[in-house]
Amino acid sequence: MSASSLEWWYPLGGGLLIGLSAGLYLLFNGRVTGISGMASVALGLARASSRLLPTLFLAGLLIGTLIATEWLRRPSIQVTSALPLLIVGGLLVGYGTRLGAGCTSGHGVCGLARLSPRSLAATGTFMVMAGITVFLMRHAFGATA
Amino acid sequence: MKSGLVSILCGLLFGAGLVVSDMINPARVLAFLDVAGAWDPSLALVLGGALIPSSLAYLIRRRMAAPFVATRFDVPTARTIDLRLITGAALFGVGWGVVGLCPGPAVAALTTGRWQILLFVAAMVGGMALFRVLHDRQAGG
Repeated sequence: MSASSLEWWYPLGGGLLIGLSAGLYLLFNGRVTGISGMASVALGLARASSRLLPTLFLAGLLIGTLIATEWLRRPSIQVTSALPLLIVGGLLVGYGTRLGAGCTSGHGVCGLARLSPRSLAATGTFMVMAGITVFLMRHAFGATA
Repeated sequence: MKSGLVSILCGLLFGAGLVVSDMINPARVLAFLDVAGAWDPSLALVLGGALIPSSLAYLIRRRMAAPFVATRFDVPTARTIDLRLITGAALFGVGWGVVGLCPGPAVAALTTGRWQILLFVAAMVGGMALFRVLHDRQAGG
């Protein structure tokens, strides 16, 4: 399944909003907007100086998603993976982001912005591994469309 | 109090960004990762767009002694690239490539109430809990 074409200002505009969120959170609250870290802190699966702030951020994220879906753009969310792959994928994302101390937001948006060598290495690694995985599944094995 | 408001506001912006950019749609993410197929470059614009304000903020931060509403900056300072970092990033990359969801969009997509998303997020939390049990226990907290 392929996603329909999208005018370029949507990804750019959405990216600017995400970056604005990360930038304001840094300048006002002094913290990194890493969603994997925030989620594990909010759920009590990791320690941090504050549990309240990540919890409120995630609550805001859910509300912001609902508001934007209602007023800005209605996304079609296409999940094509079979049930076992959803479980395996979820486990790998949860475990991997904790072991690697970050995900697309923490390493990608915040880490690259401050030129952290760890985040550069992590982002390069997960991008390449994700690309290889998609290649193998779509073109080598042809598991999903 | 103020920092709580900032958290909610930044969360709102982040969620809106995931919807507007279509990063919330796994099919879009997989199309971006599928360089050998009908490549959809739009997510490069998401990361590029996000890096503009966030890089600016990190530049401004250098001139600040403390954040506006918190007492101190709490930003990771480690610089060592170790096996743990690369292994974790590699496992995350495989999981991301399998389904097309990373943590932010996965949480945002919970708003759809779809069983596939709920199952993925439940497994993701399971993965985080597994890490906690295997590696993080002795640290307490």
